Amino acid sequence: MNEHERLIEQHIPRLRRYARALTGEREAADDLVQDTLERAWAKRHLWRRGSDLRAWLFTVMHNVFINQVRGRRPGPHVALDGEAMELPERAVQADRLEIRDLEAALKLLPGEQREVLLLVALEELSYQETADALGIPVGTVMSRLSRARERLRRVSSGQPESAILKVVK
Amino acid sequence: MSQLPVTESDLHGYVDGVLPEARRAEVEAYLAGHPEESERVVAYRRQNEALRARYAPVLEEPVPQRLAARVERRQPVLRYAAIVAWVTLGGVAGWHLHGLQAERRTEATAWPHRAAIAHVVYSPEVRHPVEVGADQEKHLVNWLSKRLGAPLRIPHLGDLGYALVGGRLLPDERGPAAQFMYQDARGQRLTLYVRVNPEDSRETAFRFAQERNVGVFYWIDRKLGYALSGEIGKDELLRVATAVYRQLNP
Repeated sequence: MNEHERLIEQHIPRLRRYARALTGEREAADDLVQDTLERAWAKRHLWRRGSDLRAWLFTVMHNVFINQVRGRRPGPHVALDGEAMELPERAVQADRLEIRDLEAALKLLPGEQREVLLLVALEELSYQETADALGIPVGTVMSRLSRARERLRRVSSGQPESAILKVVK
Repeated sequence: MSQLPVTESDLHGYVDGVLPEARRAEVEAYLAGHPEESERVVAYRRQNEALRARYAPVLEEPVPQRLAARVERRQPVLRYAAIVAWVTLGGVAGWHLHGLQAERRTEATAWPHRAAIAHVVYSPEVRHPVEVGADQEKHLVNWLSKRLGAPLRIPHLGDLGYALVGGRLLPDERGPAAQFMYQDARGQRLTLYVRVNPEDSRETAFRFAQERNVGVFYWIDRKLGYALSGEIGKDELLRVATAVYRQLNP
């Protein structure tokens, strides 16, 4: 296995984590990772050696993700938002409600806000890295981050939760 | 204190722990006098913690084979080795099995032959018999349906004593084919090979081909061709093939 492949492979667990949070579903997440790896391999010449490979992989995943979202259509393609998958039974019973809430709340965020929030809060990318990965200015990162966090806070503190749920339904 | 006003960005920088020391102290002083902002910051920090805690287990999960294998499979040497193995096995199998190597195979008989070879190649595998296991059946069927461009269904043969092991993607003459593997309690394996037929294929009744130890029942049903291979008696294989056909045509 050459160096490039080994480097990419090291990042698979983190790509899976991010994809899981982003899509909320195990299968859809792994499909996203798989498509990302394929595309990253095909476009590997675009990665500048010495630059942050992980950030670049997030860029690739972002592009794949928005294409999938944009490309949802009936036909032989598997929809990204199929039935909800069962989550692994990691949490003790008492935590489950909270976890469900977190995931439900994440799903309420627009994709572009969810991406920013997860890259910053979960993947701990810097604001600049997040901006680079998504191809947006840092100012946009900050405003999306701010909106995402506030919306999540309101939903989980139960404030206008029902209102938001209604809008989404 | 002469300081820049605390902005929304500062609050997020504080939450994420990325402010320089001096600025951090200023933000802390500001928060001490602004309980509502302080509450918000606490909530945001909890979000960070909750997200990391919730998704940390994903890092510990074994990487599914289809993702791990993805990178390996690209290595040219390995790919070359796989092609050599394929051609060699195909050649050996064809040569050994029938003594009919001189006969020109038409496409109508070539594809069940490929199914038999695929059976011979993969059914003895101990560690990697399939690419996606039966535990991810829904994904398996979605993935292969997507690759073949036709909605597939996976027959369940539990009543006949055969449990699904999983499946894999294979190259057929003009595109992808799918292979589903089953096994009984003794470890006897059957494989069901599914491919998309060329436009001009006509539906057929069951046909049978015997390739040395491997029996193959095959048939064409609308868009798809099916070949069930196994090293079991012809009667039992027919019984399974009939069950497969019935399930696919309820």
